[in-house]
Amino acid sequence: MAVINWFRKHVIAIVAFLIFFFLLVPNFVVVWMSFNKPSGKYNVKWEKFSFDAWKNPLDDGILHDPLMLSLEIALLATLVATILGTMIAFAIVRHKFKGRGFVNSVLFLPMAAPEIVMGTTLLALFLNTFGVDFLGFKSILIAHIMFCVSYVVITVKSRLNGMDPMLEKAAQDLYATPWQTFWRVTFPLVAPGIGAAALLSFALSFDDFIITEMTAGNSVTFPYWIWNAVQKGIPPQVNVIGSLMLIITLAGIAVAEVPKWLKTSKAH
Amino acid sequence: MTAPPAAAEVVDELVPGPTAAEQRADKRVLRRRATLPYLLLAPGIIWLVVFFIVPMWSIVSTSVETGDMDTGFVLSWRWANFGDVWSQWHQQIIRSLEYSVMCTVFCLILALPLAYFIAFKAGRWKNLLMALVVAPFFTSYLIRTLAWKTILADDGWVVHTMNTLHITPLLSGMGWTYSSNSVLQTPFSVVCGMVYNFLPFTVLPIYTAMEKIDPRLHEAGQDLYASAWATFRKVTFPLALPGIVGGTLLTFIPAVGDYTNAVMLGGPKTKVIGTVIEQQMIGTGGNIPYGAALSVMLMVGTLVITLAYIKKAGTEEIV
Repeated sequence: MAVINWFRKHVIAIVAFLIFFFLLVPNFVVVWMSFNKPSGKYNVKWEKFSFDAWKNPLDDGILHDPLMLSLEIALLATLVATILGTMIAFAIVRHKFKGRGFVNSVLFLPMAAPEIVMGTTLLALFLNTFGVDFLGFKSILIAHIMFCVSYVVITVKSRLNGMDPMLEKAAQDLYATPWQTFWRVTFPLVAPGIGAAALLSFALSFDDFIITEMTAGNSVTFPYWIWNAVQKGIPPQVNVIGSLMLIITLAGIAVAEVPKWLKTSKAH
Repeated sequence: MTAPPAAAEVVDELVPGPTAAEQRADKRVLRRRATLPYLLLAPGIIWLVVFFIVPMWSIVSTSVETGDMDTGFVLSWRWANFGDVWSQWHQQIIRSLEYSVMCTVFCLILALPLAYFIAFKAGRWKNLLMALVVAPFFTSYLIRTLAWKTILADDGWVVHTMNTLHITPLLSGMGWTYSSNSVLQTPFSVVCGMVYNFLPFTVLPIYTAMEKIDPRLHEAGQDLYASAWATFRKVTFPLALPGIVGGTLLTFIPAVGDYTNAVMLGGPKTKVIGTVIEQQMIGTGGNIPYGAALSVMLMVGTLVITLAYIKKAGTEEIV
């Protein structure tokens, strides 16, 4: 009976734990397989422990160019999308204007549309207006900025909504000009939200495959390279890069969260 | 004798009003305030309209072109393209719908307890757990999807356990797998990968909606002798409904067009509409108008669902 009662009390926690296991186990498989020495071309079966892939993560350069292209596009797309999205978030939260419904719909649709639709519509536009030579760096960048903007808007908007507007009023009462109020009060308070939005944009752009495949022409980004490689055989270096991305993410989470726990555990 | 000036006029004379120049400046400030939101909105919204709304016309016009790869395609308003693609690929269209419905249902079944646990039971671990739900966004999803090939491999422990528990024969009896001791290259592995990839999209809006619910409402439910299940059904569920609807939409619609899971974890029998579009637009199919027609069908379908949702629920909850 005691066991059943304990189970009943913790059933949600147990279920949640199992779902977390489901969500995170592939990440650990990626790390595990990065230490594999594959016997054939396909690195999906455990053969033998080896450090080779970690010693040589770029595999004699074949991964270098796609990785650099993805980094370059992700950085530029993040920069532009963060600026455009932050401006929109300010307009929506701080101003009343006509056409709010239209603006909200325009922002919501790209998040709900299937990626293949966004990819093919852009491909059709580029082919019809500029021709096939336009496809490549420019077309990928345009597409990535487009799908990142909405995510920046929701992230910055939630930060702005959580901010006390009285702080800005107080600054104005102390004779700060609107410009001073913005740079000395508003911006520092919103900055963490803008930072989070930029991180999200970077991750979305760096990882995008379907829209990129449609707009890439002959350019090959990192996910596109993996996609092609899957058909020909997967070097374990791919898993090394996946592991590095996981480690960087977990380190980022730790840096953001650990100080908060220390604070709360002291308070308890 | 002139009448003495009214008190107001005296005050006006004593306290000098704004000069003409100052009035003009005031007006300018007001006008600037009225145009400021549009100046802030313009660059981003124009970008979205030019590269999201306008391309829709482009794909519609492409979908009614005729021709071939060698001679090029010309706009001939051949609407029969739509009939052609339906009769050729309706199986793949229906299969995509089936997969995304299954994916959405399983995502909801998993997302509700997960979001509930994080929102109400996780205490100070809340942010960390939410970060772990979103963490997959930050590591390459194609690489993680590939990992499922290792997890579900024929001689792996998952399939081994499933065989021992006689789950694999059950799945193959239901038509979800094709043989009684293997799961890769079947609808089961494809839907498994889809659920895994789309689950965070279901969890996020549900969690956001649940987090706003005042925990005192749960206490009130308990005080009124409602069981935990009754409290969930009568209090939590209705209050989380906007998030649940949002999560359903954000999962179902992108899932219809997804083909990465069907290609990486599936086989020839799990071909979905996204794969067909990909092959026609940039691959070996080579009939761009056919690819465009299929894409238009997908676009119209999802647009109708999304607009119906926006009309009913508004976008403030999500955007």
